[in-house]
Amino acid sequence: MSIRLAWRKSLNVVMLSLTGLCAAITVSALFFILGYLMWNGGKDLSWSFFTHLPAPVGEEGGGMANAIVGSLKLLFLATIFGVPIGLLGGVYLAEFGGRTMPFLVRYTADLMNGVPSIVMGIFAYALVVMPMHHFSTLAGGIALGIMVIPTVLRNTESFLRDVPRSLREGSFALGANKWRMIASVVLPAASRGILTGVLLALARVAGETAPLIFTAFGNRYWSPGWNQPTSSLPVVIYTYATGPYEDWHRQAWAAGLVLLGLVLVTNILVRAFLTRGTAYERT
Amino acid sequence: MATTPNAAAPSDFTAHPQTLQRRKVGADDIAHLITLIAAATLLLLAVLLVYQLWVLSGEARSKFGWRFFLTSTWDPVAGEFGALPFIYGTLVTSAVALLIAVPLGVGGAIFLAELAPPRLSSSLTFVSDLLAAVPSVIYGLLGVFLLVPVMRTTIQPALKATLGFLPLFKGPSYGIGFLTAGIVLAIMIVPFVLSVSREVLLAVPRDQREAALGLGATKWESTWKVVVPAARIGIFGSVFLALARALGETMAVTMVIGNNPKIAASLFSPGYSIASVLANEFSEATGNLYLSALIELGLVLFLLTFVLNGLARLLILVTTARGSGVLPT
Repeated sequence: MSIRLAWRKSLNVVMLSLTGLCAAITVSALFFILGYLMWNGGKDLSWSFFTHLPAPVGEEGGGMANAIVGSLKLLFLATIFGVPIGLLGGVYLAEFGGRTMPFLVRYTADLMNGVPSIVMGIFAYALVVMPMHHFSTLAGGIALGIMVIPTVLRNTESFLRDVPRSLREGSFALGANKWRMIASVVLPAASRGILTGVLLALARVAGETAPLIFTAFGNRYWSPGWNQPTSSLPVVIYTYATGPYEDWHRQAWAAGLVLLGLVLVTNILVRAFLTRGTAYERT
Repeated sequence: MATTPNAAAPSDFTAHPQTLQRRKVGADDIAHLITLIAAATLLLLAVLLVYQLWVLSGEARSKFGWRFFLTSTWDPVAGEFGALPFIYGTLVTSAVALLIAVPLGVGGAIFLAELAPPRLSSSLTFVSDLLAAVPSVIYGLLGVFLLVPVMRTTIQPALKATLGFLPLFKGPSYGIGFLTAGIVLAIMIVPFVLSVSREVLLAVPRDQREAALGLGATKWESTWKVVVPAARIGIFGSVFLALARALGETMAVTMVIGNNPKIAASLFSPGYSIASVLANEFSEATGNLYLSALIELGLVLFLLTFVLNGLARLLILVTTARGSGVLPT
């Protein structure tokens, strides 16, 4: 074996192992993050964390019930504002539409998807907070809702496009007109994919902090109705982690564990649900 | 309506084919209109976003002009606003992040696309996708309590001892600063580089690999000299996409960068980024000029990510014939 060949072969082995190392480092980051959060946050996770309001500054204990409820309210608003527009827009792209309009919408959706979340916060601030002159749950919900639209729209479109042509032809052959075909054949056939898209989009905005800082703001108490500033899990984690108190830091770890748990469990369940068989068996 | 078979309609309708036709067309038109309105809403929102950013930043734009980007005084009390330290911080942290994330991500993608058995490859990609879903505030949390102390006590002194002759690695070790923010960003964007690069590598035709191997190339040579060059435009695309993410990333950076508007050659120095100054000062900005200067920063960030995303999508589209709907979100 010549020296050159030996060199090439050893280079081969070294470089290929290096690529394996790169993959291993990347992937292990997730397990590391998860493990570290469990180790740090797990011990401070108690029942009162879920049921109590934050304790006054300087006092030990308390919980984040208001932040959890606040996050749920914000997600509810995001669903109300974002999902219908994304869903119907996706139907438009896949089923109606001419030449220019779908191109424009698709391009805009991809663009909006890439807009930094803090800029979306400014947008919601300008749209809602400035006219109303105060921070509110509504403003936060709208910020998250706008962020949900592009993802839901593109997802809906791609799952609708995957519905086999024969199903559409079948429903036309039975005398259905186009909207009937869409509403009772195509949408149900794609419903599983569309639902996963919606859930993934919501899981993504559930962890967003930046657009909430100056829309939903924060609140150490319950936020009744939709018109007042509200606390939310991501913002509380940010405030507590950067705050000066030891007790706050412990609570931030616990809240981080809850948030990460929710996001990861949703992602895993939804993706598993999506890959388990095709959606068309039922129709 | 050519597909709607009139002849198959029930007989009581055939007496009034005209009304039947009109009724059906009407329903379809309404459905068309409703979905069109939804799609148009998105367009409207995008236009409104640009409009608001432009109009609300008007005061700062007319007062400072281009000087806004070239001066480095940020003094809300005196009404002097220069964005240079923030732009500098954003660019430096993103550059550090890319330097770390691109080799890691592309290397990992090569392993997943070329070497790993399909099952392993898809489950590792799944984990990487999950990593991309971790909220940014969680990265910030780990950054503050884990990375910052390690940087202060171990990594920064070690870098100073070995590479301290470079101006990049001089100065006191605070733990926070450009380098720490760059490392956190790197961990956050690796999954994007990895999954998009893997897609474009997998899109390279199998024949090319076989031809290279058939000519006696080793596995690494066929990968590095044939497959990677064939996919390079798409890999550039994934890098631009990751860069756009890094530029706009807010929370994790805000928590570890030090929040101090200064320009320093040392990576150990605390700094500031566009997104973090928005996160920190927006809700307490008093006065129209202050707010308008912050919104102009938002506009800058928007334009930067807009251009980069557009470029990235174009490059990825060129390499994968699969269309534009496959990007991770």
